[in-house]
Amino acid sequence: MFLIRNFEQKVDELSKAGLVPGTAHLYVGMEAIAVGSCAAMEQNDLLTSTHRGHGHCIARQLDPGRMLAEILGRADGYCRGKGGSMHIADISRGVLGADGIVGGGIPIAVGAALGMQRRGIDAVVFCFFGDGASNQGSFHESINLAAVLRLPVVFICENNLWALSAPFAETTAGGNVAKRAAAYGIPGERVDGNDIEAVFKTISDLAIRARKGAGPALVECLSYRWEPHSLFTRGELRPQSEIEKWKSKDPVERFRDQLVRRKVATSKTIEQIDAEVSAELIKAVDFAKSSPAPEPETAFEDVEVQGAA
Amino acid sequence: MRQISFAEALNQALREEMQKDSRVFVMGEDIGRMGGLFKVTKGLLEEFGEDRVIDTPISEAAIAGAGVGSALVGARPVIEFQFLDFITLGMDQVVNHAAKLRYMTGGSVSVPLVVRAPVCGGVGLGAQHSQSLEAWFVHVPGLKVVMPSTPADAKGLLKSAIRDHNPVLFLENRLLYAQTGPVPEDDFTIAIGSADVKRIGKDITIVATGRTVPLSLTAAEKLAGEGIDAEVIDPRTIKPLDKATIVNSVKKTNRLVVVSDGWRTCGYAAEVMAMVVEECFFDLDAPIQRVCGKDVPMPVAPALQRAVMVSEEDILRACRVAVST
Repeated sequence: MFLIRNFEQKVDELSKAGLVPGTAHLYVGMEAIAVGSCAAMEQNDLLTSTHRGHGHCIARQLDPGRMLAEILGRADGYCRGKGGSMHIADISRGVLGADGIVGGGIPIAVGAALGMQRRGIDAVVFCFFGDGASNQGSFHESINLAAVLRLPVVFICENNLWALSAPFAETTAGGNVAKRAAAYGIPGERVDGNDIEAVFKTISDLAIRARKGAGPALVECLSYRWEPHSLFTRGELRPQSEIEKWKSKDPVERFRDQLVRRKVATSKTIEQIDAEVSAELIKAVDFAKSSPAPEPETAFEDVEVQGAA
Repeated sequence: MRQISFAEALNQALREEMQKDSRVFVMGEDIGRMGGLFKVTKGLLEEFGEDRVIDTPISEAAIAGAGVGSALVGARPVIEFQFLDFITLGMDQVVNHAAKLRYMTGGSVSVPLVVRAPVCGGVGLGAQHSQSLEAWFVHVPGLKVVMPSTPADAKGLLKSAIRDHNPVLFLENRLLYAQTGPVPEDDFTIAIGSADVKRIGKDITIVATGRTVPLSLTAAEKLAGEGIDAEVIDPRTIKPLDKATIVNSVKKTNRLVVVSDGWRTCGYAAEVMAMVVEECFFDLDAPIQRVCGKDVPMPVAPALQRAVMVSEEDILRACRVAVST
C-alpha cells in the first residue's frame, strides 16, 4: 500500500516535470482494494485491470522501475514504450493487462477463466473494473456468461463515486452495483473499499467459493480517488469538501493504525518500511529516467507473432 | 479425390484440429446443440462435449472478449459470429483488444484467436444479415483476414488459422457452403498469405475473392469463347496479401479487373488496385476496372438483390472494357 501511494506520487511529480508523454490515472486513495484483493490470489490466479491500473500491478509485485519506464515512454518499460500507463501486463505475475477501454477487461476475464479450464489449470480470475464500467453492456454480457458457465471469476467493482465528470449517483440506476448480482443469481457484496481487512475477507471468501466450482461473484468496493480523473484532466470538478472528507478516511493511514494498534508492527517497523519504499522508488525513478527512448524502428515490431505453431 | 462441400470441409478442419490439440475449442450462438446455423459445427458437441463446444447467450461482446481472454492464457478459441453483421456488437474486443494487445504490451502477449463468420447476401435476409465487411478488418493492423473460395482451400486455411499465433478473421461466403469440390484426405494446410491462380491466362488478370471466384471462372470460360484468355487469381488470404502473385500476373497480361462483394467505396478492390498502381503502373495497358457491390444497403427482394450484387455479367462487361481499351 505504501509503495502504491508513493509510486503514484512519483508519477505525479514526473508528470509535473514534463516527463510523462501521455497520461496516467492515479490510484491514490484506493490502495486498499488492490492490496486487499490481490492478497487473496493464489499462484495460478489471474487479474484483469483498468485504465487506473498501477495499484493492481504493484500489488502483484511488478517491477516499479519497469512500470515507471513504461509511463515515461522508455525502451525498458514493460511494453517497450508502446503501451504507456494503460497497457502494462505481465502474465508471469498473473496480470493480463490494464485496459484503456472502460469495461474492456470484463469479458476478457471471463475468457481467461474459460481458457485456464481448457488448459486444465485451476485458477480464479480477479476482474477489476470501475463504477463507470458497470453501465457498459460488457458488464451485463460478461457476468451473465460467467454465471451460466459457472466460471471462477470474482468481479470487483472499484466504485470511486465519479467517472471523469459524472457522479455515480447520476449515472447509475439503482445506486448500487452489488445489488445487480441478484439478477444473475450470484453473490453480491458491497464493502468499505478503504478497509483492507474487509476487502480481503470478502474477496477471499468469494474466491474460495469460486475455486470450489460454485461460480462467479460480484463485489463492490466503495472508495474514492483523491486525484483528478487523469494527469491529462487536471482541473478538479468535484466538491473540495467531498475530497477532504474522503482524505480523512485514508486507507493507508487506517492500515498503519490497525497494524500498530494490534501490535502486528511497531511504529518503528512501519517507518523502516516507509524508508525502504522511498529508497526503492528512488532507484525505480533513476532506472526509468536513465532508460533510453525506444529506437524508432521498434515501432514496427510486435504487431504480430511471426511464424506458425 | 473425395468431393465434399465447403461446409463439410470446414467441419472436418475443426474436428481434426480439435482432435489434434486439446487447447482448441469452439464457442458461439447455436453452434452446439444445433450444429450451427449453417451446420459448420455439426456433430462437434457429440464428439467433444460441452466443455469444448460452447453454446453461448446472444452476447457478441462477451463472446468476442471471452475469445480474446482465453487466447491470452494459451487456449485456442474458435469463435463464431452467426453473421458477420453481428460482429458490430463485438467490435471493441476485435479491434481494440484482439488486434492490439500484442503491440500495446510490447510483444509480451499473443492472441491466437480465430473468428469465423459468414458473409455476403443473396438469400433475401436483408441489410443486417448480408454484409461483406472484410475491408473494415483489412484496415486494422494486427488482424489477418482469410476468405477462401473452394472446399479444399477452406479446410487447409482454417487449419492454418487455428494454428496461427495471431488473431485471424475467417470469412465464409454463405453462398459457397453447399458447393462441393475435391478435398485431399491427408492432413494438409494452406499457408496464410498465399494466393492461388485458379485459371491460367494471358490476356487479362481477374483478382476475385470468395464467391466471386467461381463467378469469375465461369465468366472466364465465356470470355475464352470470345478469344479473351483470362487469368483468375484468388488471394485466399486478403490480409496479408500475396502481392507477388498478382503483380507477376499483371506484368504478363497488362490488364486487370478486381472483383469484390464488398461495397465499392473504400472497399477491398480499391486496395488491390492501389497496390497494383504502386507496384507496376507502367505494365498496365488499360485503366483497371473494378466490380463491386453497389453502394447501398442490401435489399431483400430478389430483383433488387440482383441489381446491387456482383454478377457474372458485371465481370464480363468489365473484362470486355479492359481488353478493348
